[in-house]
Amino acid sequence: MDAQGVERALARITHEILERNKGTEGLVLIGIRSRGVDLVERLAAKITEIEGVRVPTGIIDITLYRDDLSRAGQQPQVKGTDIGFPIDDRQVILVDDVLYTGRTVRAALDALMDFGRPRSVQLAVLVDRGHRELPIRPDYVGKNLPTSATESVQARLKERDGADEVVLVPEER
Amino acid sequence: MAFSQGHLLGLEGLSREEILYLIDTAASFKEISQRDIKKVPTLRGKTVVSLFYEASTRTRTSFEIAAKRLSADFVSIASSSSSAVKGETLLDTARNIQAMRPDCLVLRHAAAGAPHFLARRIDCPVVNAGDGAHEHPTQALLDLLTIRDRVGRLDDLTVAIVGDILHSRVTRSNVHALRALGARVRLVGPPTLLPPEAAAWWEVGHDLRAGIRGADVVMTLRIQRERQGRNYFPSLDEYARYFCLTRDALAEAKPGVVVLHPGPINRGIEIASDVADGADSLIMDQVTNGVAVRMAVLFLLVNRARASGEAESLAESAPLRRKAG
Repeated sequence: MDAQGVERALARITHEILERNKGTEGLVLIGIRSRGVDLVERLAAKITEIEGVRVPTGIIDITLYRDDLSRAGQQPQVKGTDIGFPIDDRQVILVDDVLYTGRTVRAALDALMDFGRPRSVQLAVLVDRGHRELPIRPDYVGKNLPTSATESVQARLKERDGADEVVLVPEER
Repeated sequence: MAFSQGHLLGLEGLSREEILYLIDTAASFKEISQRDIKKVPTLRGKTVVSLFYEASTRTRTSFEIAAKRLSADFVSIASSSSSAVKGETLLDTARNIQAMRPDCLVLRHAAAGAPHFLARRIDCPVVNAGDGAHEHPTQALLDLLTIRDRVGRLDDLTVAIVGDILHSRVTRSNVHALRALGARVRLVGPPTLLPPEAAAWWEVGHDLRAGIRGADVVMTLRIQRERQGRNYFPSLDEYARYFCLTRDALAEAKPGVVVLHPGPINRGIEIASDVADGADSLIMDQVTNGVAVRMAVLFLLVNRARASGEAESLAESAPLRRKAG
């Protein structure tokens, strides 16, 4: 997936979000660190282009909700959560770059519920690579990418990595 | 960047990177205490035991709140209600606690080196919550976090520490950390309350106004009456006349100066009430930040212990897996 592909996918997801939620009323975007945060900013900018409204955006850090800290190998970097608005009765769009086992989303949902009771939570991801280990499904998908569990999928974004692309990296074993 | 120690016994010997990592991690925990639901599940099922051989409300409560906000169970033992009064030694007490499989031990003890002694003999992380006049690492870390929040930096600071330097473990921890961070420090107090080695650490002075002149930060220390077996100065009144931080004296410091005090404060002795309660005073911010610092320390130490424990058990089972494969 190249830069143009990423751009088109985000434009489509923006329209889908606005269509399904009938505009921006009650809509908030929350990105999962790190790349979900960049994607949230892009989606928010596109919503502003279309609707002329700036929707609230927040950041969620799931480190303290993970179930695999002891397996992570290296010391966790806690960078903090920043949700500067109440999420009660809002329609929360949770955003991440790659959806894989679903464990990150599970952790993010737990974290989100500690902040209030949203009316609904919808999940938007740039890439769905399959291999779910939990009953979690995305509502908006940039691209479905069938993978083997030994491969690794990297979403690179220009804010953080210099350019937009999604690449499949064969695992070295 | 990481914190590679298995215990937090002191700040002596820690690198600038390790100290900043601890402070950065603490800064990210502050938000949790501002939530409606002040709890995250990361240490669920873990047990933190505090063993305090000296009186404390602030530090013990702060550790307890920190542990509970991380969902750990917290058991608190005060020496006055423990078997120490029946003559049990520190090591025996610690071994008995260890037999109940805690995940972290927080120790305050009147003897310098007590946490280091235990850390070598029991196999869970040990946090020093104050050992004699030696170190009080979490206090110095919360001081640094508080300074950085208000002043906006930790580089290029001039810090004056005023008062009972001799008995101050807070000063010793701060001295090590501020040295690692490259600050300039002045130690100010009557000659009897400055330890002989102080001159080797930093610039020392015996005049309050000269000592705090141009300082970005003034840390005042409590006169520790309970530690003073003999008289270090003629009277509290006389000490206050020379060393009490008044609004008038504070005018010598740099505009925008911030005032810290590790608490509990003796109003009118080492700090005037209007300074302690004034806009320059960060004393209550220190207490707030203390919870975040202790959350960060407990989180990092318990997770590190958990990770290395799993690595060992994986290594043990590796030959079996190869055989099966």
